[in-house]
Amino acid sequence: MSAVTVTDNRNKTVYSDELRRNIVEIESGKRVYETKSLNLWYGKDHALKNINLPIQENEVTAIIGPSGCGKSTYLKTLNRMVELVSGVRVSGEILYKGRNILDKNYKVEELRTRVGMVFQKPNPFPKSIFENVAYGPKIHGIRNKKLLHEIVENSLRGAAIWDEVKDRLHENAYGLSGGQQQRLCIARCLAIEPDVILMDEPTSALDPVSTLKVEELVQNLKKDYSIVIVTHNMQQAARISSSTAFFLHGEVIEYGNTDHIFSTPDDKRTEDYISGRFG
Amino acid sequence: MKYIDLDTVNKRMTTRILINKLVKYLFLAATLFGLIVLAVLLYRVFADTIGWLNLDFLTNRLSTIPENAGIKGAITGTLWLMLIVGPVTMILGVGTAVYLEEYAKRGRLHSFIQTNINNLAGVPSIVFGLLGLTVFVRVLGFGTSVIAGGLTMSLLVLPIVVVAAQEAIRSVPGFLREASFGMGATKWQTIKNIVLPAALPGILTGTILALSRAIGETAPLVALGIPALLIPIPSGIFDNFTALPMQIYYWTLDSVLVDEYANLAAATILVLLIILFLMNSVAIILRNKFQKRY
Amino acid sequence: MEKAISVKAMIEEKKSKAGIRRITEKVIPFILFLLAFVSVLTTAGIISTLVYETVLFFREVSFTEFFGTTELKPLSPVEPKFSILPLLTGTIMISLVAMAVAVPVGLATAVFLSEYASDSTRKMLKPVLEVLAGIPTIVYGFFAFTFVTPVLRELIPGLQATNALSPGIVMGIMIIPMVASLSEDAMNSVPNVMREGALALGSTKLEVTLRVVIPAAISGIIASFVLGVSRAIGETMIVTIASGSSKNLTFDLTQSMQTMTAYIVEVTSGDAASGTTAYYSLYAVAFTLFIFTLLMNLLARYISRRYREVY
Repeated sequence: MSAVTVTDNRNKTVYSDELRRNIVEIESGKRVYETKSLNLWYGKDHALKNINLPIQENEVTAIIGPSGCGKSTYLKTLNRMVELVSGVRVSGEILYKGRNILDKNYKVEELRTRVGMVFQKPNPFPKSIFENVAYGPKIHGIRNKKLLHEIVENSLRGAAIWDEVKDRLHENAYGLSGGQQQRLCIARCLAIEPDVILMDEPTSALDPVSTLKVEELVQNLKKDYSIVIVTHNMQQAARISSSTAFFLHGEVIEYGNTDHIFSTPDDKRTEDYISGRFG
Repeated sequence: MKYIDLDTVNKRMTTRILINKLVKYLFLAATLFGLIVLAVLLYRVFADTIGWLNLDFLTNRLSTIPENAGIKGAITGTLWLMLIVGPVTMILGVGTAVYLEEYAKRGRLHSFIQTNINNLAGVPSIVFGLLGLTVFVRVLGFGTSVIAGGLTMSLLVLPIVVVAAQEAIRSVPGFLREASFGMGATKWQTIKNIVLPAALPGILTGTILALSRAIGETAPLVALGIPALLIPIPSGIFDNFTALPMQIYYWTLDSVLVDEYANLAAATILVLLIILFLMNSVAIILRNKFQKRY
Repeated sequence: MEKAISVKAMIEEKKSKAGIRRITEKVIPFILFLLAFVSVLTTAGIISTLVYETVLFFREVSFTEFFGTTELKPLSPVEPKFSILPLLTGTIMISLVAMAVAVPVGLATAVFLSEYASDSTRKMLKPVLEVLAGIPTIVYGFFAFTFVTPVLRELIPGLQATNALSPGIVMGIMIIPMVASLSEDAMNSVPNVMREGALALGSTKLEVTLRVVIPAAISGIIASFVLGVSRAIGETMIVTIASGSSKNLTFDLTQSMQTMTAYIVEVTSGDAASGTTAYYSLYAVAFTLFIFTLLMNLLARYISRRYREVY
């Protein structure tokens, strides 16, 4: 019972001149996502307006913009979590590895197995640390205890939290600190071996030290994963991403190399936002 | 290294999604089960009632001849019962709630009374019947009168009123109290003039729900020894009485002997359900009308 | 001459009545306390009544006869026998049937309402459950006796006119709304971010429900089952009408069985004169019933408090 209505939009993708130029600059890399003429409404509220955006493989793409600009909505459209909101309508296409994920025949469960997500507030399950990480592999049919153990250890190592929790794997995850919980959630996400990791302001609920650890982790993960991170924190975007998209009022204002966006943005509004003149 | 094999995952995926779909309908079926039972039950009652529920049935006295039998006595008895239970539970319930919410210090006494009320709510109704039998029927000598039945029922439904009144009082916003205190009003003046009027809809809703529980309860009346035989129609609180559920009880049991008694029982059930429906409608209207005023 | 009306003057004048007000302020809390104390007196009344008559009963009948033998013949003129075991098995068997209906259906209903149903569907279905919960038990008794039993007798040849199966099923139906609404409350209190976390890993709704929501809400769910059992044990009218008054110790659901509550009804409305052993026996049974339900209720509260999950 998908709340999303998909209209097959065969319009040619129209990029603005600046956008096209920037895209050409980073055209060399492979794209994991290709968004074409995406529109999204919450009831009557037109939340995303004609979005055209590529996501590069094995890179960190940052999405920035003021609150309510649609950046989280866009992120949640990439794994169709946005459908959980009732009254959502979508048109346009999002190609994930060439297939339109907005097609109603595309199984969300399959998509979400390939695309992991880390949330704003850490949301471990009220289970042990081990069970949290083993959750994904278990629903995908892995029962072998030894195998599960290996997956859990690798995932926790991958999320740079193994050393902190290896002696307390069977304790409740809620005994961990906020920063540890968030890295546990990243480990939980790694355990299903996704291609893409979507991060929705993953450090907004964390203290500076934990934030730094998560940022380091993101740097290390990008060689194996394509990462899309929504952030309020512009320094963070500048530090960890290679491409950046600036959203405003549901539109992509500018997209390009992070260096370019943060040093010589083409659009006045991007410049205003980055320099803190609004938002 | 890859642990998760995409092909296996995708193969399992189809099954998992299919199972999810099937189980969803199973859950839906379970939910509809209650609806279906309700429909069958009501149909059953209606079908048995047809031809039996008329003005004569409502205004005739009891008779062993099914065609002549009426429930005037039972209706009157149930109304008398409500006349006792309503005011008694309201006074006891609201008094208890005001004491617990406004006066009692949060301490041992408070939690003792609160726990006690919670536990009373879980005591089987038949046990209340035995309490009534000993205290009201025997020791106080009320016999099987309206007052004995009414007081027993009042104690039984008291927790419902207390809890409803407590919630109603708690939901009165603090600024109203502060405004009253700020003008120099005493505590009791504040409660009487501000808190209780504001909490009244919630209290009334609770009282109506308690009353509707009381008029449907049978077990305590059976334990008290309330008869369902040919007794004079009550005209005071010390008169003997019978009530609608007692009538249903005896007619149901005796339907083995006289088939038509099942129809009489069904007709009485319909009357009882209509009364309950009307009372609950009033409660719902009250609740909706006064909800979220602050 | 008329005095000028001044609020201040009126307040001053009222102050002369302050004495009365002071007394009111002192007396009211005391009156309210007395009203609140009625509930304590009720409990005290229940316990003392039950204990007093139960003690009288155990003067005549030994503890071992009551709990250790299997025959119950309270009104036998030759040799009355007083064992509670037939009543206990009757109560337990019928409660088991009731829970076999109420637990799966109630839990499935709760899952559907909390996890699958849209807001509008939920708003439509919940009132139906409330209606089901508001129907007096005597009506369920009528339903069991005049409808469910005849239907079951068509299906099961050996079924007696009064039996344990029919009231058990109907009692289960009566308990469904309670289990469903308490379990749904428990599941609703599981934060949505947890469901999102599981869905984002590619879980189906069923997997989210079974592996995340239900484990997180398990204490509330179990508590709802325990309260359901307590309700089943204390239920009177359905069993009085539909399960008969056979006092044989049996586990056969097609047979008539008597529960503790039905026994109390039989003795109070029957011929046992006040002061006879048969009469006192009803209090011993009622005391046992009281203890059972009290323990169940305390257990339910303990479970939901002790194992409340920290999210």
